[in-house]
Amino acid sequence: MRNLKAKGSPASQVAGTTGVARVHESATKHVSGTAIYVDDMLEPRGTLYGAVGYSSIAKGRITGMDLSAVRQSEGVVDILVVEDIPGVTDIGAVFGGDPILTSEEIKYQGQPIFVVVAETEQQARRAVKQAKIEFVEDVPTLDVIEALTAQQFVRPSHFMSHGDAQAALAKAPKRLQAEQHVGGQEHFYLEGQVALVVPAEDGGMLVYSSTQHPSEVQKLVAEVLSVPANRITVDMRRMGGGFGGKESQAAGWACMAAALVLKTGKPVKLRLPRVDDMTMTGKRHPFYNTYDIGFDEQGLIQGADIMVAGNCGHSADLSDAIVDRAMFHADNAYYLADVSIAGHRCRTNTVSHTAFRGFGGPQGMMIIERAMDDIARAVGKDPLDVRKLNLYSAGGRDTTPYHQTVEHNVLLELIEQLEQNSDYRARRAEITQWNKTSRVLQRGLALTPVKFGISFTLQHLNQAGALIHIYTDGSIQVNHGGTEMGQGLHTKIIQIVAEALAIDPHEIQITATRTDKVPNTSPTAASSGTDLNGQAARNAALTLKQRIAECVAEHKACGRDSVRFADGRIYWGDQGESMSFADGALFAYENRVSLSATGYYKTPKIWYDREQAKGRPFFYFANGAAVSEVVVDTLTGEYKVLAVDILHDVGRSLNPALDCGQIEGGFIQGMGWLTTEELKWNDKGVLLSNGPATYKIPAISDTPKRFKVDLFARANEEDTVYHSKAVGEPPFMLAISVWSALRDAISSLSNYQVSPPLDTPATPERVLNAMMATREQAAEQKGKGR
Amino acid sequence: MIRFLLNDREVCLENSAPEMTVLEYLRTKAEQRGSKEGCASGDCGACTVVVAEVVKQRLRYRTLNSCITLVGSLHGKQLLTVEHLQQHDALHPVQQAMVDQHGSQCGFCTPGFIMSLFCLYRNDHQPTRAEVERALAGNLCRCTGYRPIIDAALSLAGQGVADALAQQEAAVATRLTDMLQQPISASMQAGQRHFLVPTSSDELLAQLTAHPKAQLVAGGTDFSLTITQQLQQPDTLIYTGRVAELTQIEESEQWLKLGAALSYTDVEPLLQQHFPSFARLLERLGSLQVRNQGTLGGNIANASPIGDTPPVLLALDAILHLRSPAGRHTMPIAEFFTGYRQTKLPTSGFIEAIEIPLQPERQLYVYKISKRLDDDISAVCAAFSIELKDGVVQQARLGFGGMAATPARAFHAEQALLGQPFSEQGIEAAQQALAQDFSPIDDVRASGAYRLQVAQNLLLRAVLEQDNPTAEALEVVQYA
Repeated sequence: MRNLKAKGSPASQVAGTTGVARVHESATKHVSGTAIYVDDMLEPRGTLYGAVGYSSIAKGRITGMDLSAVRQSEGVVDILVVEDIPGVTDIGAVFGGDPILTSEEIKYQGQPIFVVVAETEQQARRAVKQAKIEFVEDVPTLDVIEALTAQQFVRPSHFMSHGDAQAALAKAPKRLQAEQHVGGQEHFYLEGQVALVVPAEDGGMLVYSSTQHPSEVQKLVAEVLSVPANRITVDMRRMGGGFGGKESQAAGWACMAAALVLKTGKPVKLRLPRVDDMTMTGKRHPFYNTYDIGFDEQGLIQGADIMVAGNCGHSADLSDAIVDRAMFHADNAYYLADVSIAGHRCRTNTVSHTAFRGFGGPQGMMIIERAMDDIARAVGKDPLDVRKLNLYSAGGRDTTPYHQTVEHNVLLELIEQLEQNSDYRARRAEITQWNKTSRVLQRGLALTPVKFGISFTLQHLNQAGALIHIYTDGSIQVNHGGTEMGQGLHTKIIQIVAEALAIDPHEIQITATRTDKVPNTSPTAASSGTDLNGQAARNAALTLKQRIAECVAEHKACGRDSVRFADGRIYWGDQGESMSFADGALFAYENRVSLSATGYYKTPKIWYDREQAKGRPFFYFANGAAVSEVVVDTLTGEYKVLAVDILHDVGRSLNPALDCGQIEGGFIQGMGWLTTEELKWNDKGVLLSNGPATYKIPAISDTPKRFKVDLFARANEEDTVYHSKAVGEPPFMLAISVWSALRDAISSLSNYQVSPPLDTPATPERVLNAMMATREQAAEQKGKGR
Repeated sequence: MIRFLLNDREVCLENSAPEMTVLEYLRTKAEQRGSKEGCASGDCGACTVVVAEVVKQRLRYRTLNSCITLVGSLHGKQLLTVEHLQQHDALHPVQQAMVDQHGSQCGFCTPGFIMSLFCLYRNDHQPTRAEVERALAGNLCRCTGYRPIIDAALSLAGQGVADALAQQEAAVATRLTDMLQQPISASMQAGQRHFLVPTSSDELLAQLTAHPKAQLVAGGTDFSLTITQQLQQPDTLIYTGRVAELTQIEESEQWLKLGAALSYTDVEPLLQQHFPSFARLLERLGSLQVRNQGTLGGNIANASPIGDTPPVLLALDAILHLRSPAGRHTMPIAEFFTGYRQTKLPTSGFIEAIEIPLQPERQLYVYKISKRLDDDISAVCAAFSIELKDGVVQQARLGFGGMAATPARAFHAEQALLGQPFSEQGIEAAQQALAQDFSPIDDVRASGAYRLQVAQNLLLRAVLEQDNPTAEALEVVQYA
C-alpha cells in the first residue's frame, strides 16, 4: 500500500448515532428485492439440492426401508442415511436425544430418516415420495397431562420456593384453584429453514445457514463430519425472521447438507418447503399450568402454589431452560409472598419444542395473569386494582420466588401513567354500560403488565465478542457475534460504534456474522443481542480510539487528554487543531498503529445456584404494560381487537423506531399466539395445521385501528450499553391483555360474576364455548340465589 | 409459443413444463430472486408480482401470487417484479415510503408488500385505510405488526405516485397487443405434455376432445397446489382465461350471466350492485391476489365443500351453463354436486357461464365464519335467501359450506321456515332441523359441534339483522 489517499472530510454533522430513529441498515435493500437471503445467493456451479424424507408415524420402529425407487428417480445423485454419517449422529443442542437421522426408532411424526440430493430441488422433492418405508407403530403419548401423570419427563423437575406456601394457603381468608392449557405456537418465519454448504480445503466447509446461532452450527457440523471446528466456517448475513425457531433447530439442515457435501464432493443446498418446515421443526411449548392461591378480602395474595408443565415433545432440546424461564415468570410482576413453584418437562411424541420469543416466560405468566382476573371477580373488583395491589413494592414485598430482589421497580408508576393516558377508568365505565344494552356484541377491556428478566439463565452465554477494522480511508468494518433477523441489531451496533468514535454511521459497514471473524459466540436470543454485542463492539471501538488518540498525542506532542473525537474529526492540543477521522486513520497507519481490534463483554452481577433455586439470574428487568379493548360476537365467538395502548420500558432507547417496531411486532405476534394461531395434531400425532392455509398468523386487518405505543422515558439504572434495555422478547407478553380483555367481555355476560376459563389459543370456537358456559354458570348462580 | 414481457424484456417459452409456476421461472430460470417463496401455496404473499394486461386498449394492473400462477397463463401480458420498480437508483415512491416509515424488519415479505402497494397506487391514488387493508390482506408479515406498513401506505394517499412506468404504458400496451395478434399458437410443451391457451369455446372444446387427459386451469388458486404441494406433473393443461365466451358478462332485467373464467375481482362490481352481501363475502374470500386469479367457474367445478361462492349460488338458485361434446345444456346448481369433490360435469365438458336470477322479492343474507377475519377458509359459510309476505316466509333457500361433503342446501330447515314468521320464535324449528340436514365433521378449522351451533345462530343473526331499526352493530366487522 503505497499510494494512499484519505477521503475528503466526512460530514461535520454526525447524524444517526444512538437515540435516533435511524432506518434499518438493510431497508433500501429490503424494499428493492436486493437484500440477499441464503436461498437468493447464486449457487456455485454443480450445486445439488436436497430434500428430506421423514416419518409419517409418531411412534414406533422402522422395519424396512426400500430407497431404490428414490435412487432411480429422475435427477437423483445420492442419498444420505444415518449410517453415512462419519462423526457424531446426535445433534441435540444441550442434552442430546436428537438424532440427525434415524434408521430405527421413531419418536415423532416428521422425524428425518433420509436426505436425497438431485440436480434440481423439484427432482429431489419428487424423489422423496418414492421411498417405501415400513413401520411398526406404537401408541404415541400426545397428551401433556398423560405424560405428567406418568412422569414421562425429558429432564428432571425443578422447584423453587420462598416462605411456606402451604401454611399461607391454609390460613388465607379466600382461596382459588384453577388449571389452564396454554397453546404452542409455530414460528412462521417467512423465510424457511435453509442451508447452503460449499466444500473447502482440508476437509473444511463454508456453511451459509439461516441461523441465530452460527457457532453452534459450526460445532455440530464439525462433530457430524468429525473434523476440528477450525475447518468449518459459518456465514450468516441475514435471516428472514427467526423468533427462536433458528436458535437450536437450524443446525440439523446444515449438518445434513454438510454430510452430503462430504459424500458427493459437490455444494449442497437444503431448503425446507413450508409444510416440511412446519412438520419437522419444534414450536413454542404448549403448557399445562395450575394454581392454588390464597388471598384476602381485598384480593391481596397471601400465598401461592403454582405448577407449570411444558410439553417438550420427544427430547430435551432447550426445554430445561425454557421451563425454568416459565417458572421465573410465573410471578410476572406480582409479589406472591409465601410461594412454591414446580416446573415439569413432559415428554410426548411430537417434534421437540424449542425456543420462541419469550422462551417459556409467556407461558409462565399466563397462569398468574389468569389468577389476577379470577381473584378480581371473586372479590368484586376491577382486575386492574387487584393487579396494582399485588405489584412488587418496597417494604419487604420485593423478593421473587427465586430470591432475587426486584430493584429499580418502575411498574406502578408506569401502569398509572398508562392508566391515565389510555383513559382506562372512563372507558371501563362506558363499556360496562354499553354491554348492558347491546344485543349481540359485548366489549372487554384489560390492562396487564410485563416484568421480564434480562440475561441468559445459562450463565456462560452472557458474553460476546466483536471485531472492528479501520481501513486507511477511514471506512470501518464491524463484525460481531450477533445475527440479524430483522430486529435491527446491526443498525443499533452501527449507531453504537458511530457514537463511540464520533463518526458518521455511513462510514461503517457491517458484514455477515462469521465464525472465522468472531469465534465462540452465543445465540442471538434472550433479547440479549444488543446488550451483549453492543457492549463488545463499543469496547472494540474504544480500544481503537485509545490507540489513535495515543498516536496523535505522541506525534503531535500534546497531552493524551487533549485528544478528542467529535463530529467525524479528531481534535488535539489547545489551539483547536484537528483532522478528519479518515486522515487520522491514515496518520495512525503511517505511524504503525494496529487499526484492528477485538472487543469483549460479559454481563456483571449475575449468578444463580440452581440446586438452591436462589440467586440473581437477571441483570435487570424490562417492564411494560398494555391496555387492550376487544369486541366479541355472542353468536359466533368471533372477535376483534379494537384498541391497544402500550407504555413500554426500553431504558434509554438506542433507536426509538426500531424499539417501537419490536414492541408492535412482538405484541401482534403475541396476540396471534393467544387468539388465532392454533396447532392441531390428530389422535395419531400427525400435525394437521401444517401450512398457512390451516395455521393463521395475524393479517393486516387484525392490527387494531388504535395502536398507540409510547416509550417509558427512563434510562436503565444498570450499566448497560448507553443505559438502554433489551426489547426483543418483553413486548410479546403485552398481548396477554388481549386474552384478558376477551375474558372480560365474556364475563360481562354474567355481570362480571363469573370468571370464565379460556384456554388458548382463544379461537372463536373457544370463545363461543366460554360464553355459553358463562351464561349457564350465571344462571345456576342466580338459581341458587347468589 | 408463450410470449410475455418480463418487465420490459420479451420472453418466449416453447419447451417448458406446463406446471412451471411464475415464481419458479423467476427464481430458477430468470435468476431474479427479489420475489420470495414463503409458502408456495398462495397464502403469504411474499411472492406477489403485478401482471398488466390490455383491457379496452389500456393496461390493467393486478397483483398475483406468482407461486401458484402458471407461467403459461402470462401469454400476452406484462409481468412486473420488484426488480423493475427502482429506476436509475431512485426508489419508487412506495419503496421510499416503506423505508421512511420503518416498514421492513427482516425484509423477506417486503418485496411482496411493495408489489401490492405499487399495484394499489397504480389503480387508486386516494386509498382509505380499509382499502389499504384489502389490498394487503394477502401479504403476511411476521415482524412488524403491520402498523408501519399501514402508515407507509397511507402516507402516499392523495400525493400521486408518478413513476417512469406510467410513461411507458402506451408503448407496453402496443407491444402486448402486437404479441397477441401474432398468428402463432399460444402453447408450450414438454414431451407429450402441453400448456394450451385457447381463445374460443369451440377451440377449448376441440382441445379437450383431443386431449382427454387434459385438465382445465383458470386462476389455478386451488389446482396449483397439486403442483407445488403434491408435486404432481399434470398431463396437458388448458388455460381458460383467454376464452372469449368464458370471460363475458351478460345482464338482463331477470338475470346476470357470468362467464365461468371471470375472476372474483371481475364480477365484484356487478355483485355489489345486485347482491351487496355477496360482494361483502367476496372481500373475505382469499386475498386480493387470490380474487384476482380465482374464478367463479373454478370455485364451482372443483366442488370443494369449503368453497365460498357455492353456498351463495345455491341460495340464489343459480343455473350452470355447461358445454361438452354432446352439446350445451343448463343445470340448476343444486343438482351439480354429487359427492366430495364430485360433480355432474360431463366428460370433456366445462362450465361456460353461471346464470344468477335476479329476485328482488328475496332478501339475501351471507355470513362467513373463520378463525381469522381475512384470507381464511370458512369453518362455516352460510347464505340465506328469504322471501317474506307480511312477515311470513314464502320461499327459503339456505346454502351452506363447511357443513357436509359438498356445498349443500339445508332442505329440512328450509321446509321448517315456510309459513313461519321470520322471527326469533319463527326460526326455532328450522334451527333444530339443521341438525337433521347436517352432521358436520371435526377438523383443523373447527369442531362439528361448533359448526352446527354457529349455523343455528346465524339464522338468528339474519332475523336480528332484518329487525334492526337502530342499525345496531351485529357483527364484529361492522363494529370496527
